[in-house]
Amino acid sequence: MDAKAEDAPAMAGEARPIRVVVAKPGLDSHDRGAKVLARALRDAGMEVIYTGLHRTPEEIVRAAVDEDADVVCLSLLSGAHPVLVPKIVRLLREAGLTETVVMLGGTIPDDDVPAMRAAGVAAVFGPGSDLSEIVRAVREHVARARAGAAGA
Amino acid sequence: MPRVPDALEPRAQAAPARPAGARPPVEDFARRLVAGERFALARAITWVESGDRAGAELMRLVYPHTGRAWVVGLTGAPGTGKSTLLAKLAARFAALGRSVGVVAVDPSSPVTGGALLGDRIRWTPPETGDVFFRSLASRGRLGGLSSAAFDAVRLMDAAGREVVIVETVGAGQGEVDVARLAHTTVVALAPGTGDEVQAAKAGIMEIGDLFVVTKADRPGADECVRDVRLQLGLSPEARGRREGFGRAQGPAGEEPTWFPPVVKVSARTGEGLDRLVRLLAEHRAYLEASGRFGRRAALDDVLRMEDEFRRLAFERARRAAERAGAWAEAVERLGRREIDPATAARLAWSGTEPFPQAGSAAGVEGADGRAEGPK
Amino acid sequence: MISPPFGSGRDPAEGTAPGPAVAEREPTTLSGIPVQLVYTAEDVSELDPRRDLGTPGSYPFTRGIHATMYRGRLWTMRQFAGFGTAEETNERFRYLLAEGQTGLSCAFDFPTLLGYDSDDPRAEGEVGRLGVAVDTLADMERLFEGIPLDRVSTSFTINSSAEIILAMYLAVAEKQGVPWDKVRGTVQNDILKEYTAQKTYIFPPRPSLRIITDMFAFCAEHVPNFNTISISGYHIREAGATAVQELAFTLADGFTYVEEGMRAGLPVDRFAPRLSFFFDVHNDFFEEIAKFRAARRIWARVLKERYGAKDPRSLRLRFHAQTAGVTLTAQQPENNVVRVALQALAAVLGGCQSLHTNSMDEALALPTETAVRTALRTQQIIAYETGVTRTVDPLGGSYYVEWLTSEMERRAEDYFRRIDEQGGVIAAIENGFVQREIADAAYRYQLALASGEEKVVGVNVFRDDEPAGVPILRIDPEVESRQIARLREVKRTRENRRVRQALAELERAARSGANLMPPVLECVRAYCTIQEMDDVLRDVFGVYEEDVSI
Repeated sequence: MDAKAEDAPAMAGEARPIRVVVAKPGLDSHDRGAKVLARALRDAGMEVIYTGLHRTPEEIVRAAVDEDADVVCLSLLSGAHPVLVPKIVRLLREAGLTETVVMLGGTIPDDDVPAMRAAGVAAVFGPGSDLSEIVRAVREHVARARAGAAGA
Repeated sequence: MPRVPDALEPRAQAAPARPAGARPPVEDFARRLVAGERFALARAITWVESGDRAGAELMRLVYPHTGRAWVVGLTGAPGTGKSTLLAKLAARFAALGRSVGVVAVDPSSPVTGGALLGDRIRWTPPETGDVFFRSLASRGRLGGLSSAAFDAVRLMDAAGREVVIVETVGAGQGEVDVARLAHTTVVALAPGTGDEVQAAKAGIMEIGDLFVVTKADRPGADECVRDVRLQLGLSPEARGRREGFGRAQGPAGEEPTWFPPVVKVSARTGEGLDRLVRLLAEHRAYLEASGRFGRRAALDDVLRMEDEFRRLAFERARRAAERAGAWAEAVERLGRREIDPATAARLAWSGTEPFPQAGSAAGVEGADGRAEGPK
Repeated sequence: MISPPFGSGRDPAEGTAPGPAVAEREPTTLSGIPVQLVYTAEDVSELDPRRDLGTPGSYPFTRGIHATMYRGRLWTMRQFAGFGTAEETNERFRYLLAEGQTGLSCAFDFPTLLGYDSDDPRAEGEVGRLGVAVDTLADMERLFEGIPLDRVSTSFTINSSAEIILAMYLAVAEKQGVPWDKVRGTVQNDILKEYTAQKTYIFPPRPSLRIITDMFAFCAEHVPNFNTISISGYHIREAGATAVQELAFTLADGFTYVEEGMRAGLPVDRFAPRLSFFFDVHNDFFEEIAKFRAARRIWARVLKERYGAKDPRSLRLRFHAQTAGVTLTAQQPENNVVRVALQALAAVLGGCQSLHTNSMDEALALPTETAVRTALRTQQIIAYETGVTRTVDPLGGSYYVEWLTSEMERRAEDYFRRIDEQGGVIAAIENGFVQREIADAAYRYQLALASGEEKVVGVNVFRDDEPAGVPILRIDPEVESRQIARLREVKRTRENRRVRQALAELERAARSGANLMPPVLECVRAYCTIQEMDDVLRDVFGVYEEDVSI
């Protein structure tokens, strides 16, 4: 793997809009949360690409690479997160998106959160999470990731 | 507006605030892009889109590698099924073994600056082949098709994408822009929407090389085809000419001709898609035969140069007028309604005299002639 | 610790009551219908009780479909179950029957719903997670082991592939020696709402509708006591629709099925009696009750006046209700017991025929056995302790409820007009109208929550940051490998020549337009897998790709 984000020239100066890929991995078909989130992020001034339903890890990673996403928001309500999420994070890193922030939402039991964090997920949002809280978390994590990349 | 490097400031001041020695390997990145690496292409588009200095440098390095891609513009009003058509078209080219790039432009919200890239689900399944799909937001830039889209197309070209499809929403002047950038412009119209009437008003009929009536499985498709033909003048048969690529006797002997075909396509059932792809290939052949393929890109480059020149000239003149105090004076007198805007402009212009000599433009980036691409 | 609701300067928890702050703006129902302080006879002056209400059990059935209602027979208490392998679900089924449940309801995992076998790469991580995994008839045989099919009614939450699941159930009946006319139950089979809300579709709308009308015709002849469709508003509502949208889009789907059946040459009274409905029952108590009453009135009138139905059974809208999954909160999950109880009461007052009550832990995972029992007990308490079953439609004649019933009917009719203007439901789905309306409503509600305009106890008001601490059901990750091993075993031992022949016959029928049920039954008996059958149909019918607004 030769594609390392660290050797990318750092961004100059002013903030460009945050780019987010909102993705639905796996076969679960509950897209209400993903769509609501996509709109909320747009209304917060971000550029949002929604992948649609039933995407495989490979498909999501390809979209994230092409779109040069700052953030990938995964929405899962099927319980398949222990299998799919670590796989997606690994494939993202292999594709060169080393500083891309991965966030996870849906029905993720509290007990599973440490494993998700360990797999490289920056934040996990359960049911009933406040949209503005998610928006704020996206901004903070991206700011940190960009600062990290610029400093590298 | 994206930040643009200020060409008139001395170089030292414009240098990025980065410690010496930490200079990132743009050259290396350019090499990877030209080699077709996906990640390098994606990141390069981000730079040029955000007006980053690294982007400008990268563009300079890879530009010698451009000029090979066939650029197909796709435009039409929202709700014409453009996105679906785009996905099918990209997949079809990919299935034919072509490496495909897609640049899809969507409007940013003027209020929040945010954008849903694709007001519809945007998706081209990877198993259809090698498609690089990039969404761009207009980010409040005027002129519909943003300059970032131009740059993205050139970067995809440099990265070896053989066919680059540019999709824009037909709102305002966007279509005219896409025609400027594309070798082949496809206009999508949906039956039963009155699109064809609107299109005629907006001057779209003149820019289309091909017209696609989408949703061919819906009622009204045949009427729509007929109406488009009417708008195009007479049907080709009535003129005794062939739709698409033909030959006609011109003053200098037989010349290639093109009469815009109207194709009915149902993205859902696939009806008409083969015909569309065949006609696109025909248009490409026509472009080659008529020498327009190279000319179109060259013309575009010159127009692009003019745009940049206009901007630089404006920036410099305004700065000079500001330094002389003429700008502020003109604005103030205009505000008091002592003078009209045209007089105010002339007053401000008087402050630019004497216009700076060409020699002082040494600070313009790249003006020192280093433009060699990666080896 | 109690935290203030987001974005609101006031915390209702600080005072004893929110007080005058409530009156700032005209209050509305959850659907946005403005509500007056009080209703009087004047508000229902246009209502003609004889014409618009009738008596219970008579046209237009506003007050209920049975004259004696729950005195005659209680609603069916039907808890949805399904997870892991067939054995585990079978065990849960038997537990529920032993606890006094009167009908079974079966959920499938996503691979099954979408026509993938458990060993397909797309099924990775999904097998048995949110429902039971069914690949072949062998799984269905285990699912109903020891449960005589002439003694239970079973509801299957399956839409795409409903014909396959029904065929498997009928094949199990054959093996148990139960004649098909003794088999009772429901397949959800409502594909239209899949395109707008639930999104477990496989084929495009046209061929999907053909499969459904094939089932109508087959069951009318061979399985007369099986409900061939459960036209569902539940998923539309859960996707974010309002009560008015749920009412309108569900009934519009229902009319479309009637038209499709008639177009296929079936007389309306031959299949309409087997159509049943499935609604959500949400928090807004009176609005939900009004919704059910309005649904019955609209259905009866349209079936009679527009489609010429004469059989009273065609005019009666029978429905199953499920308490609203989206209202369950992960925070303070024990509060969900109360929400579910109130929603269930609304369903009963609205005259449901069967009811599923959600379990308190379902915002987190599939329910545990204890949580399911409490949910079932909730229904039993309503049935046996509250006395609401003593009289029929106890809220009939309430100024507010009658006004609201008529108002919802009026608003639903507005939607019918807008859908008709676009050329019907399928056109409105294809151009994204229905999806857009639902997504807009979902987003509006979410913004109202964020601003504190809508309140959810324990989430944006009266918060309590202690961790939930509710035990949750874990699906053994070994389920997937066990299921895959079983599938391989079936494939190894079945007669593969018969499999190939059956699949070839299925393809011929799909292309020729012959009724699909007989060849599907033959495939099932030959132990073809669900994906083998669906792949044949995918080749013939194509695959639906969503192209809708966000």
